[in-house]
Amino acid sequence: MSFAPPKETWSGKTFEITIGNGAKAVKIGGENVFSFHGFEGNYPNRPVIAYEVQDIPPDDWPQMVKDVYAGVSADPVTWAKHCVEKLGAKAIALRLAGTHPDKGDISADQAAETVKKVSSAVDVPLIILGSNHAEKDSVVLVKAAEAAKGTNALLGKAQEANYKTIVAAALANDLKLIAMSELDINLSKQLNILITQMGFDKERLVTDPMSSALSYGLEYTYSVMERIKLAALAQNDAVLQGPMLADVGMYVWKVKETQALEADLPQWGNLKDRGVAWEAVTTTSLLVAGTNLAIMRHPDAVAAVEKFIAEMEG
Amino acid sequence: MALTGVEIFKLLPKTNCKKCGQPTCLAFAMKLAQRQASIDQCPDVSEEAKQKLGEASAPPIRPITLGTGARAVKIGEETVLFRHEKKFVNPCAISVKISDNLSQADAGKVIAGIMESEIDRVGQKLRVDAAFLSNDSGDASKLAALASLVASKAPELPVIISTTSPDAAEAALKPFAGKNAVLYGANKDNLEAMAQKAKDAKAALAIAASSLDEAAELTEKAKAIVPDLIMDSGARKAGEMLRDNTYVRRAAIKKGFKPLGYPVINFVGRGDSMLETVVAVLSVTKYASIIVLDHLEKWQSLALFSLRQNIYTDPQVPMQVQQNIYKVGDPGPKAPFLITTNFSLTYFIVSGEVENSKVPCRLAVLDSEGLSVLTAWAAGKFTASKIAQFIKESGIEAEIENKELIIPGYVAILSGAIEDKLEGWKITVGPREANGLPAFLKSRA
Ligand code: SF4
Repeated sequence: MSFAPPKETWSGKTFEITIGNGAKAVKIGGENVFSFHGFEGNYPNRPVIAYEVQDIPPDDWPQMVKDVYAGVSADPVTWAKHCVEKLGAKAIALRLAGTHPDKGDISADQAAETVKKVSSAVDVPLIILGSNHAEKDSVVLVKAAEAAKGTNALLGKAQEANYKTIVAAALANDLKLIAMSELDINLSKQLNILITQMGFDKERLVTDPMSSALSYGLEYTYSVMERIKLAALAQNDAVLQGPMLADVGMYVWKVKETQALEADLPQWGNLKDRGVAWEAVTTTSLLVAGTNLAIMRHPDAVAAVEKFIAEMEG
Repeated sequence: MALTGVEIFKLLPKTNCKKCGQPTCLAFAMKLAQRQASIDQCPDVSEEAKQKLGEASAPPIRPITLGTGARAVKIGEETVLFRHEKKFVNPCAISVKISDNLSQADAGKVIAGIMESEIDRVGQKLRVDAAFLSNDSGDASKLAALASLVASKAPELPVIISTTSPDAAEAALKPFAGKNAVLYGANKDNLEAMAQKAKDAKAALAIAASSLDEAAELTEKAKAIVPDLIMDSGARKAGEMLRDNTYVRRAAIKKGFKPLGYPVINFVGRGDSMLETVVAVLSVTKYASIIVLDHLEKWQSLALFSLRQNIYTDPQVPMQVQQNIYKVGDPGPKAPFLITTNFSLTYFIVSGEVENSKVPCRLAVLDSEGLSVLTAWAAGKFTASKIAQFIKESGIEAEIENKELIIPGYVAILSGAIEDKLEGWKITVGPREANGLPAFLKSRA
């Protein structure tokens, strides 16, 4: 009995987006099949992993991740250069965490200075993130965008509560933009429509359907991503054809599984590997679900995910 | 593929004798087509018709049970490609390889590790499901010795016996006769002999093919001897497993292609246990029914069990947490006491941030029909009277010294009304966003 492989090809395809300039610019998206399905269609760009760097020292990260960046994390420029030069980062996600009113309330001007310094210190593409405080972000990201003009960075995140000023800033400074909604394909669609109605090109937009950690709602992110990819490919829904972002590290490194000591929970095994596995497994499953760009923290977890990507291709 | 009522009717005796409880054979055929009746209800149906009907009405991916008794696990029977369409049916079985090159003592350690792997997660008991006994030595007596060691130390544990030698298979299967073992390693050279050994031991047979084409050929030949089949397409790299697992699932479910309508086994063993873990992610998410690991690390099991639990949950169940007062850390009688809604993501995020603060707290979760704070408030599900009633009825007053309740910043407007309804309580307005909780809680500590 001869078997004909049931290939599935789709009419829709996702937009290919370039972030950064020059030799180290990265491309994401552009596929007309599900993640890693190059065996039946076009899957031109492997997913990209960006290292997360903050404008302030990572005091609220677990010790095992802080330790990895001890000696470099006091200064965002040193930290970013370390990720690029020592760890081989293909992109840097600069989170302006210190601008949050509860974490120092650093001014927008000062944050813009940090963006300038970091972007001129590294040659890889930059993802510029606010502190996830809707009001403050709408001020901070405007200044940050001005500071990043001409870098073709990816700016985010625009949310329903604050998208207007952020979209305008991305438009004015020629940046790519992340639109984030909370775990609902319809909310993602609605926000993307609002953003494109402001004249922002949908081919410059990255969708973040909101991440979650393994065991803490991962299945919701997983399925929303699969549904968005299906809408992009099977229904040719242009509003949902942007590449997808998974901002993984910030969700993973605060759950109990990445913090509890083995002495307290011996049946969970050693903390170091458990923490790394938590971030690597969360990211890997979201890559399978459709993520094109992931933001991570621990170099060992990034290394495991990179090896996985290589095995998927090879 | 399922038969239509008319196709089924052609197979029935057409006597309209009514013994099946239906007025006519045609009516009975229609019931069968809708799966509202069983063919056994017609006493006069021919054996041949029964077989044809059985084949046609079988699920697209054959269900197979590994082991017997309390540790038995069912695999297969899947009906969809994406979990948002419908709940994935039977969680993949996770198995760990034990080589027959190991000393009895070392093998004993792996067996003990498997038996102790059980972890309680959100009310479910999760564990390594099976042992994969591998005839790496090529020596039949070593495999048999390993098999009897497993049978004596862990008689309840489902096993997969891996060998390409029918004689070695026979000896190793002996202790597991009638216990729903799996025999892995039937290829184009040994198929019939292996199938016979599996049949004799009432075991399932796992095909070791080198392509999907070959797998389809081998299952067609083997099924006459042993109907319970499992397939390995030969894929080893993660990308190949994704391709083959996807083709199998589509062929079985969308095309009704019977020769591939069996559960799939994936081998994810890697020298590097972290890489092995992420490769296993592919198998858990994309359609493996049995996963064979080389390592047995506690952190690895925890991560993979958790992923399997996430992927196999029912997507239709509303995202809700049970109404209750949850403890985060070990809160004393003066610990902060917060309230939020029962939308499970709200709960995950709030409890995660509380945990992050390292300040032990009590967290009241009010049943707001799965809505987040703002939506619940707008919909009248998170109101002063509901909150007050919940707090009073919870009996929490007896447990704590500070009658102070911290409410989400978004519903600051409720604080006066709650104070009116909860006599003797102080209502404090917390941060609007959960990520403000660590700073808020630390500043009070
Ligand atoms: S029992 Fe069988 S033969 Fe009799 S009416 Fe029903 S289907 Fe027909």
